[in-house]
Amino acid sequence: MKKTIITVVGKDTVGIIARVCAYLAEKQINILDISQTIVSGYFNMMMVVDRTNATNSFGDMADEMEKVGEEIGVVIKCQREEIFDKMHRI
Amino acid sequence: MINRVEVNETNEMIEKENLDVRTITIGISLLDCIDADLENCKKKIYSKIKQTAKDLVATGNEIEREFGIPIVNKRISVTPIALIGGACCHKPEDFAQIAVVLDEVAKEVGVNFIGGYSALVSKGMTKADKMLIESIPMALSFTERVCSSVNLGSTKTGINMDAVKLMGEIIKQTAEYTKEDDSLGCAKLVVFCNAPDDNPFMAGAFHGVTEADAIINVGVSGPGVVRTALEKVRGENFEVLCETIKKTAFKVTRVGQLVAKEASKMLGIPFGIVDLSLAPTPAIGDSVADILCEIGLEYAGAPGTTAALALLNDQVKKGGVMASSYVGGLSGAFIPVSEDQGMIDAVTAGALTIEKLEAMTCVCSVGLDMIAIPGDTKATTISGIIADEMAIGMVNQKTTAVRIIPVIGKGVGEKVEFGGLLGYAPIMPVNPYSCDAFVNRGGRIPAPIHSFKN
Repeated sequence: MKKTIITVVGKDTVGIIARVCAYLAEKQINILDISQTIVSGYFNMMMVVDRTNATNSFGDMADEMEKVGEEIGVVIKCQREEIFDKMHRI
Repeated sequence: MINRVEVNETNEMIEKENLDVRTITIGISLLDCIDADLENCKKKIYSKIKQTAKDLVATGNEIEREFGIPIVNKRISVTPIALIGGACCHKPEDFAQIAVVLDEVAKEVGVNFIGGYSALVSKGMTKADKMLIESIPMALSFTERVCSSVNLGSTKTGINMDAVKLMGEIIKQTAEYTKEDDSLGCAKLVVFCNAPDDNPFMAGAFHGVTEADAIINVGVSGPGVVRTALEKVRGENFEVLCETIKKTAFKVTRVGQLVAKEASKMLGIPFGIVDLSLAPTPAIGDSVADILCEIGLEYAGAPGTTAALALLNDQVKKGGVMASSYVGGLSGAFIPVSEDQGMIDAVTAGALTIEKLEAMTCVCSVGLDMIAIPGDTKATTISGIIADEMAIGMVNQKTTAVRIIPVIGKGVGEKVEFGGLLGYAPIMPVNPYSCDAFVNRGGRIPAPIHSFKN
């Protein structure tokens, strides 16, 4: 399994999750977990996704997600899970 | 599974606290490029480096993108050139031609520095070593990306005082040769005692002769991350302080280990070491001096600075050692002046002198680093400063170094601008009293008694 963490941070608005999920579905990227909260009007989401059957490259996904973020006024970052795993788990 | 708090913590370190991987450095052995003919030797060097490092920059960029962590520099270190050029170089100009080849291939593969224009002369100098050293001013003024280092002493061999004397003169000459650029050549030249074979950081990186054909070494950084962590424990006792540094260093180093392993896998080159250094940059918040202030000093250089730096260096090592399978290089806290805004401020305020910096080098990972001094400082005085620093390394069985810049045409109180990662520096006063007779004695200082361990 090739786990990737997608983080979305920015001002809350209608349809953020819908846009991100629609993109992921189109590229055959499976969502394993979503955790989301809103702190004083700011939207903060973390998704764990599996790229095993993804139809695009990691670089393309990162670029395109960034663009989607720009369109809806949030910052979307894609990072492989290992960086968090290594830092926070022994 | 990883939770949101942990993900946010990591990303805040990257976005707000300047966490980065400072360098991925490929060490390349050039021993198989030795040839009696200079032209052949140059060709072999060019093709070996190009072949080995051609994918380095692209790989670094890919890792950067996939993990979302900046990898600031991609660099190359090579076998000390004095050993490689010995068979075909008959005058210093011949060695300088090799420097030009290194510069060309560095530009071709897209790395910002290539280290290893070096000689290891801790006990004595061969003819080739001497010629290489004499060619340094030329080589550094002809090239842009070549870095040079000379190992002048070690705990096992003592200090080669002939070479110390010579390097005082060479540093002055290098400053003269590059005076149009504020003597920038000297920022790419460092002398060592106990130089490590696997250092990924410039200007002192070279690929030791005991190393494999090619190896990946990674240097991590993150002074901003440590300082931010310490902000949360203001007023707490030393136990809490030390534990906080240790835990933070662990996290930072884990990222370095991950990047090193990934680079090694992608490039098909074995992983060497992670160097756990706190390496500052001129960026605001990316300062080792700021950590010292956060520990409780008004400025770096105030009484207590050496103790604060000692504990910082030790805790960084303790946290980092567990985070990486192989630790090496310099590993600790760097205290360059020009590359650290907090250090610059301390010098400008009059809180930090060369003498205090020298004391700090007894407990930090390297030595007198990126210190600008007046251009009219005598060569013997520079040799004296080097000898002091080498003695600290030799007796304390640690690496020490001197990277000092006599800025031609400038004096105390003026500023010098190096640009980029090298930053800017106020010119610091040097003790005016002479050490001519000491430096001119010649010969070498014997190894200290505690080096006889057999």
